[in-house]
Amino acid sequence: MVAKKLNLKDKYRALTRDLDWDYDYSDRKKAFPYEEFEGIKITDWSKWEDPFRLTMDAYWKYQAEKEKKLYAIFDAFSQNNGHLNVTDARYVNAIKVFLTGVSPLEYQAFQGYAHVGRQFGGAGARVACQMQSIDELRHVQTQVHAMSHYNKFFDGFQDWTHMHDRVWYLSVPKSFFDDARSAGPFEFLIAISFSFEYVLTNLLFVPFMSGAAHNGDMATCTFGFSAQSDEARHMTLGLEIIKFLLEQHEDNVPIVQKWIDKWFWRGTRLLAIVAMMMDYMLPNKVMSWKEAWEVYFEDAGGALFKDLARYGIRMPKFVETTAKEKEHISHQAWWIFYTHGHAAGFHTWIPSDEELDWLSEKYPDTFDKYYRPRWELAKEMEARGERFYTKALPQLCTTCQIPMGFTEMDNPTQIAYRSSDYEGEKYHFCSDGCKHIFDQEPEKYVQSWLPVHQIYQGNCGGANVEEVLRDYYKMNLGEDNMDFKGSSDEKRWNEWKRKGVA
Amino acid sequence: MSKVYLALQDNDDSRYIVEAIIEDNQEATVINQPAMIRIESTGELVVRRSTVEEKIGRDWDVQELHLSLITLGGNVDEDEDQLRLSWNV
Ligand SMILES: [Fe+2]
Ligand SMILES: [Fe+2]
Ligand SMILES: [Zn+2]
Repeated sequence: MVAKKLNLKDKYRALTRDLDWDYDYSDRKKAFPYEEFEGIKITDWSKWEDPFRLTMDAYWKYQAEKEKKLYAIFDAFSQNNGHLNVTDARYVNAIKVFLTGVSPLEYQAFQGYAHVGRQFGGAGARVACQMQSIDELRHVQTQVHAMSHYNKFFDGFQDWTHMHDRVWYLSVPKSFFDDARSAGPFEFLIAISFSFEYVLTNLLFVPFMSGAAHNGDMATCTFGFSAQSDEARHMTLGLEIIKFLLEQHEDNVPIVQKWIDKWFWRGTRLLAIVAMMMDYMLPNKVMSWKEAWEVYFEDAGGALFKDLARYGIRMPKFVETTAKEKEHISHQAWWIFYTHGHAAGFHTWIPSDEELDWLSEKYPDTFDKYYRPRWELAKEMEARGERFYTKALPQLCTTCQIPMGFTEMDNPTQIAYRSSDYEGEKYHFCSDGCKHIFDQEPEKYVQSWLPVHQIYQGNCGGANVEEVLRDYYKMNLGEDNMDFKGSSDEKRWNEWKRKGVA
Repeated sequence: MSKVYLALQDNDDSRYIVEAIIEDNQEATVINQPAMIRIESTGELVVRRSTVEEKIGRDWDVQELHLSLITLGGNVDEDEDQLRLSWNV
């Protein structure tokens, strides 16, 4: 007799309940040593439910199908010399930022979920974390494969893992994940599953990847969307986790709120890099950073926080600051990189006149008043043969590690400085948000590995900036860095186009 | 009332899924962007297996949605017959 086919709910129950076991000869607390020290109270793990109820067989089946589709596109892309079909070679610099700044975070996510997937007492949570861990490994692998094609033709792709661990601006994303992974398992989930995946990754993967397609880069668009198809599941998990924690015990509410406040602000600072990628590094524009922020944070996040209000959760702290920052942050971030372009592992440039007009149109209240005059000045200087590079090393924010170049939002001509004293030392911050985070856990952030401090302390080899960039960061000076104008990338690109290579 | 949404890769399967969604959700708005399709609605959004099967002309498992899904917003409730997105407001 053929057994009756199990339905989705029964299959999921068999996987997440019936495969779990009781601890009779060893101490349960010793098996899950990290479960209690953050103060989170779990009364009933069986209430944890994955709304997609994905079982292992379905997981492997659909993931395999995604991979097949994705690799068919990678093959077509490289067989067709897809790199020649992007809008212009400046675009490829956004992909360099992605490979050095974002792909290693996928690997960190893989490690992070593998760790917490071992640490939770509930089998449902362990299964969900295990699947997510494998997903994240898939993301880093597919991204490396997709971008290896560009490595054959453009500078700056050669040493991305080495660079991620050392280069000054890459410490921004690296320290974000280091911070999350060195926290307890529940904070890690709020940091990554909820704040990062649910609230913020849409801003990276959705409009930016749509932008990649709009710039002729089907390989990137497709790995982005393929990864994001897993993210849709990760996001749902992020939302379920927060509801689960809030429903388990009322004492969890203030702890969770504190983590939301912290990780929302950490995330918005990390996204400053994405903001500049969208507004300045995509030659064909899809939407401005400000518009993306409105759709994917203000509307989508607004709906989410209204939904969570019934648990006593409010909007994250400093959210009113982000409503002002959306008008400024991409312009200020690109200016930081433009003026430090000699020390970046990718090329920077002055926006074209057409792009300046687009920015004026998209930012009517701020661009012409504060930012366009800077670019006009930069153009004049460049025309005189004096392309501007700053000589000084920047002071970094101790929390987010971004150079202190962001301004007061109510006075965009004044750089914002905040500081705190801790055990006789002074620490500097870019914003109230970053200062607040430090003040909550100073004993953690005093240990920050701040690249500029490390250079001055002599820990990065070399007596001058050039030696640090060349020997410690392993940048090919004169090839990877400096302005796009006059770069080898530009020369090769023009040569390919002139020859009509297709 | 808050909006729920989902976004799909602009591919062959998605065309039928979108047709089915429009038929089952009169309020839904469809927005086409490069390489993707975003569908949003106030209150709730349902993807029904039977309607998708009718449009696509073959058996279709609700979990197949994962192959084309890019992102979504709202609480998810899924079983063999449908996926429903909603906010509790
Ligand atoms: Fe990922
Ligand atoms: Fe993820
Ligand atoms: Zn900061």
